[in-house]
Amino acid sequence: MTQAYNKPLPTPQVESDMYWQKAKEHELWLRYDNDAQQYYFYPRDISPITFSRNTEWRQVSGKATLYTYAIVHRPPHPGFVDDVPFVTALVELDEGPIMPTNIVMEDPTPEKLVIGMPLEVVFEDVTDEISLPKFKPA
Amino acid sequence: MADLSKSVAIVGVAESDEIGRVEKSNLQLHAEAAYNALEDAGLKMSDVNGLMTAGTSTINLGEYLGVNPTYTDTTAVGGSSFIIHIAHAVAAINAGYCDTVLVTHGEAGRSARSRAGANGSDAGPQYESPYGFIGAPINYAMAARRYMHMYGERRVRQGMAEVAVATRKWANLNPKAYFKDTPMSFDDYHNSRWIAWPFHLPDCCLVTDAGGAYVVTTPERARDLPKKPVYVLGAAEGHDHGVLSQMKNLTRTWAKYSGPAALQMAGVTHDDIDLSMIYDSFTYTVLATLESLGYCEPGEGPDFVANQRTAPGGDFAMNTSGGGLSYTHSGMYGMFLVLEAVRQLRGETGERQLDDPKLCLINGTGGSLSSTGTVVLGID
Repeated sequence: MTQAYNKPLPTPQVESDMYWQKAKEHELWLRYDNDAQQYYFYPRDISPITFSRNTEWRQVSGKATLYTYAIVHRPPHPGFVDDVPFVTALVELDEGPIMPTNIVMEDPTPEKLVIGMPLEVVFEDVTDEISLPKFKPA
Repeated sequence: MADLSKSVAIVGVAESDEIGRVEKSNLQLHAEAAYNALEDAGLKMSDVNGLMTAGTSTINLGEYLGVNPTYTDTTAVGGSSFIIHIAHAVAAINAGYCDTVLVTHGEAGRSARSRAGANGSDAGPQYESPYGFIGAPINYAMAARRYMHMYGERRVRQGMAEVAVATRKWANLNPKAYFKDTPMSFDDYHNSRWIAWPFHLPDCCLVTDAGGAYVVTTPERARDLPKKPVYVLGAAEGHDHGVLSQMKNLTRTWAKYSGPAALQMAGVTHDDIDLSMIYDSFTYTVLATLESLGYCEPGEGPDFVANQRTAPGGDFAMNTSGGGLSYTHSGMYGMFLVLEAVRQLRGETGERQLDDPKLCLINGTGGSLSSTGTVVLGID
């Protein structure tokens, strides 16, 4: 019997509907500030870099490097009881922004997790509506 | 800015009746601490016309306590809030909105341990919680891992261990400390279980039930009260980000700005400080904060705390209560930094009392290394 997914789920908002819709299609799209000529995370219509409205959605490569991580041994929520140890991480996308995610890896150890190691996005379809972008070693 | 140094004094401090494992509601812990702090101050609730807290609104708190303040402040930016309230009390009293401010905290952090479902629409719940970024240990562990990468895993590990072991020694001298009777060796530290690598269990603060309160008033009024006034010489605050993934430099907190600002307002330097009360949600928080405050350069934290320098008898007095790591930590620990600072300056801390301290620096850190408040306290 398949257990219902019981981890926290995102609740998409008007300005993040596109992000989660594209994730469901297994694509990673971010907001781009045309004035600063920089991507930023997380998506919001008005740029936090310049406070400009001159922003747009753009697809990014899904390539990243490992910025930092933790190997979680004590489940922080009942939904993660069967997952420990698992890896929470910040990854630096090739396009610049840093984003929160999980590193998908069996039996994670500090030896296997080298800061700066190349990663690529994978999408986990956790419900009919939500797919989470995660990363694995490239 | 007007020179407001030494324009208000802290005149009463207290915990709730008991701390540690207490089956009481949050508001009952607030009320007990308020009662005890007013008693310590020699004041009555009817003297209070300013009310400040974090974690609940002053309308709920004021109703429960039976007080109708003319000035209220529900600033809630994490565990640092109660340090920031000192700066707000300085402003409010000098502006004339009130003359006696009661600041309270109460949190059944242990008895009510369930974590929030974290299923909202904000950035944290939307982009972080689905991945298990829930609770402080995981977030701070990721910041600590980055720091290790920058400054060397072995020496950072040793620095974290030094902080954990030294702080435990202070707790062993504090009758109110959760770990009063539990010593910890370096081997105990290194052999303890992982919570979120790189954090061992003793890298992480306690989770207790506790309340605390303090009372701030004018120097004129303070002169007529039983306890020696502890003056607010400098106070500053600020914040950098909300969720960890928005923090631009995981090794520098806003103490980089609030620390120098508070010292400048007080007209003193690091070398003048006799006691440093540094919010120790995690061992790593201490290393990053000492550096951000300017006690040492970036990356030098592990050397600064080496050889049990912050332990009883060491030459840098820090977290003499036993800290959030070993004394108490209800969830928003900042309140308890103030209690220990005032008691040390008054000479009321018994076995762990420092030799005639005159100046204390307090730094609170809240959220995911998000916000800071720095205060310099002094006694004549």
